[in-house]
Amino acid sequence: MNQGPIPAADAINRLVQELSRLPGIGPKSAQRITYYLLRAPSEQSGLLADTIREVKQKITLCSTCYNVTDIDPCPLCRSEQRDRNTVCVVEQPQDILAIEHTGVYHGLYHVLHGAISPTEGVGSGDVRIRELTDRLQDGTIQEVILATNTNLEGEQTALYLNHVISPIGVRVTRLAHGLPFGTELEYADDTTLTRAIEGRQKL
Amino acid sequence: MTRPRSYQTEAIIIRKTKLREADHILTLYTPHLGKIQGVARGVRRPKSKLAGHLEMLTHSQVSLARGRNLDTITGSQTINGFLPLKTDLWLISYGLYLIELVNQFTPEHVENPALFQLLLDTMHNLCQDVDREVTLRYFELKLFHEVGYRPQLQQCVTCHQPLEPVTNYFSPTAGGVLCPDCRQTQPFAYPISVNALKVLRLLQSSDYDTANRLKLNAQLSRELETIMRSYIKHLLERDLKSAGWLDALREQKAQFAPRNH
Ligand SMILES: [Zn+2]
Ligand SMILES: [Zn+2]
Repeated sequence: MNQGPIPAADAINRLVQELSRLPGIGPKSAQRITYYLLRAPSEQSGLLADTIREVKQKITLCSTCYNVTDIDPCPLCRSEQRDRNTVCVVEQPQDILAIEHTGVYHGLYHVLHGAISPTEGVGSGDVRIRELTDRLQDGTIQEVILATNTNLEGEQTALYLNHVISPIGVRVTRLAHGLPFGTELEYADDTTLTRAIEGRQKL
Repeated sequence: MTRPRSYQTEAIIIRKTKLREADHILTLYTPHLGKIQGVARGVRRPKSKLAGHLEMLTHSQVSLARGRNLDTITGSQTINGFLPLKTDLWLISYGLYLIELVNQFTPEHVENPALFQLLLDTMHNLCQDVDREVTLRYFELKLFHEVGYRPQLQQCVTCHQPLEPVTNYFSPTAGGVLCPDCRQTQPFAYPISVNALKVLRLLQSSDYDTANRLKLNAQLSRELETIMRSYIKHLLERDLKSAGWLDALREQKAQFAPRNH
């Protein structure tokens, strides 16, 4: 079983290694994908490589909302259909996809690209908060919906945003905290349950 | 005799770092195992049964299974979620400061039940209507004692003479206070006022019942903070990240709400 490095296998190993650095892909999956690509027609792997390169080259951040986009401003910021008085603040571009998928929100977005995390050295200047408060200056936006994560970092970011936005005179709201759909009550933690009770609604 | 494959412990979650897509590595501070680490799988997914019980600044009962490298967290039940600490911008920040201190001053697997109790008591105390800066200073002084860096505040560290009620000097390198005559024996020493030294001595020898009666003016608060931070910086050879955040918040406060205390 003891084999020295073989030049041909080296490239394969490198691909396996690169792939296993991707989220959700362990060494086993990385190996499976590598051998799949080896067997697949070269156009297919060529297309994949080109698409990855293109995404990295063409995709930039929208200069208004900081969502990822290939045109600036992004389609959401350009759209005539969106309500310009409301902006929903999220941590990551993927969060926009999740909210858009519900189809119930019609306002604009703002992507922070992270959350405040003092013990990891991530302060307010390391996420796009200044860019958000700049957007609020002209008075068009009347409500800011805070949709940061419900973990400690997301909570602290929301509290901080409220602290800096409220003095501007814009209404600040936070997504309701409650029990995730499909969960069993007995497994809920105190924080979630407390907030679910406080935020209860009339049926 | 082999160690059991799984075990349970009471713990306060003091750090959380991302590992792969949905997993976290958690640092737990426990009464009898000291500081330990565990992997919590799937906690970044919305339906995780573990996530809320494993948030930082939570006191939980945690079950772990031994692994080759890292142990895996298999279950967790909240003992106290410290909700007040998680719903106020300042209290979150103070809470994070405590756990960063504990994380920085403790090696892994060294039992220190008194320090665990101190952290727990201090998290409770932060939820009370008290001068939180006093709480932080109290915590620092007691923590120094628990980890073997109790500063000498009763007599001059160099000549061992009792300190006169005049401005003396705190020396981080000497680990205590110098009298004016001995000030030159250390390269760096911070002036410490009569009142500041009184407060530090009181905190070092009292419990929270006594400490909570103290209320400091802004100037004395800053002086004590500067002294304690100089000592922390000397011991850790760097500043605490969450201390920088407290400074930023304070600046923000001065900027936005000048009339608010
Ligand atoms: Zn945009
Ligand atoms: Zn002396």
